[in-house]
Amino acid sequence: MTDTPEIQHDVTVTVNGRPYTAACVARTSLADFLRHELHLTGTHLGCEHGVCGACTVLVDDQAVRGCLMLAVQANGAEVRTIEGLAAEDGRLSALQRAFSDHHAVQCGFCTPGILMTLVEVLRDTPDIDERGIREALSGNLCRCTGYQNIVDAALAAANAIR
Amino acid sequence: MKPGRFSYHAPQTVDEALELLSTRDNAKVLAGGQSLMAMLNLRYAMPDDVVDLNGVRGLDDITVTEQDIRFGAMARQRAIERDAAVAQAAPIFRDALGYVGHLQTRNRGTIGGSLCHLDPAAELVALCMLYDATITIAGKEREKHLPMSKFPAFYMTPNVEPDEIVVGFTLPRWHGVHGHGFFEFARRHGDFAVIAAGTLMELDSGGLIRRCAIVIGGAGASPLRLTGAEDMLLGQRPDADALTAAAAIAGEIDAMEDNVYSSDYRRHLARVLTGRALAQAAERAI
Repeated sequence: MTDTPEIQHDVTVTVNGRPYTAACVARTSLADFLRHELHLTGTHLGCEHGVCGACTVLVDDQAVRGCLMLAVQANGAEVRTIEGLAAEDGRLSALQRAFSDHHAVQCGFCTPGILMTLVEVLRDTPDIDERGIREALSGNLCRCTGYQNIVDAALAAANAIR
Repeated sequence: MKPGRFSYHAPQTVDEALELLSTRDNAKVLAGGQSLMAMLNLRYAMPDDVVDLNGVRGLDDITVTEQDIRFGAMARQRAIERDAAVAQAAPIFRDALGYVGHLQTRNRGTIGGSLCHLDPAAELVALCMLYDATITIAGKEREKHLPMSKFPAFYMTPNVEPDEIVVGFTLPRWHGVHGHGFFEFARRHGDFAVIAAGTLMELDSGGLIRRCAIVIGGAGASPLRLTGAEDMLLGQRPDADALTAAAAIAGEIDAMEDNVYSSDYRRHLARVLTGRALAQAAERAI
C-alpha cells in the first residue's frame, strides 16, 4: 500500500442510448460506476459477489452481473439498465406492464436484475415455457420469495411479446 | 465488499500480457471475472496488478476440425454453449454448460478462467478430463503443452507458473457413433455441483462397448477418471447389469466431505449419477 493517489481511469459508455464519460478508479465495478458516477441508481447491488443477480445489466446486449465486471472493462460498450426499459413518456414496456399487472414486485430490490435478465431471455427465446423461465431466473434471488408471481409475469410478458 | 486497490493493465497481445506478468510480483490474470471478481470483491484475492485478457485479440476462437475441438482460453462459456459445430462434434458441452452458473455468468465466464480457477466441481474442468484435453500454456521463453491429467497441481491450483498464461485447449474428437451423458446434483440450479458425472460411450457394429470414458467431478480436488469402470465395460453389452456394475465402482471412490455433505453421501451420488449418465450415453450411442 502506498500513499500515492489512486490512478483514475476515464470510462466512456453509452447507457440507454445516452453517452457518458466519467472517471473512476480501476477497482470500481460497473454496477458501482453506474450508481455512484452516473447516478443511475436503478441498478441494485445485493451480495457483490455474483450470487444474487440484483445488479444484472445488459452490456452489448448480453445480461451480465454488474458486480463481476470492472467499469474500465465496459469502456466503449453499450449498456442497458432498468432506467432504459420504459418509453421516454414513461409508458411501461410489455415486460414492466406484466410485472405490474401480476404484482410480481414485493420489496422491489431484486426487480431490476430480474427484468434485465428477462430482456435477454425473452429476446432470445420468446417461446420459453415455465420450466425455462424458472431455469433462466435461477441466477436471480428474490428474498421476498415472490417467485410465483414473477414467473407468471414473465410468462405473460412472453405471450405479449410473441 | 469492494476490491482492494490494484493497478489495471489491458494488454492487446499475449506477449504484452506475458511481459507484464514477468515484471510484477503479485499480479493476477483476469479472464471472464466470474470467479476472480468475486474473490477481489471479498478480498480473498489482493493482487497489486490485474492483467486483463479481454482486450487480447484472437484468444476466443472456437475451432472444430476433423481431428479435434479447439477452444481459445477466452472463449465465453455462452459462446461454446451456442456453437453449432461444438454441439455437433461434442454435444455433451451443451448438456454440461446448462449446469454452469447462470446465463449472466456464462455470458462473461470463459473456459480458460474456469480451468485456471479449478474448482473441484467445475463442469468444464470435468469435461477436459473426460476428453483428455491438452492445455496450451504460453510463457516468455516457450509455449508448453500439458495433458489434462497433469494440469491440476493441487486443490484449486493449476500447474501454471505465475508468469505463464493458459491460451487454449485441444480436445481430440471421438469418432464413430457414440453417446454422451451428463448429470449432476446441486442444491440450486447453477451452483457448483456436489457431484457431477459425465460419460462418453462408443459401441461397435455388434452393439458392444468399444470405448468408454467416465468422469466424476466434486469428489476430490480435481475430477476423477473412473478407469476401472471404463476398462470393465469394454466389450460388454450396455445392458442394465453391466452399467449397474460399472456405477457401483463410482460408489467406492474416495470422496471428500464438508459441513453439509458426508463422504458417504457423495459416494451415493457418484454411483447414482454415474449410472444415469451411462444409461443416457448408451441410449444415445445406438
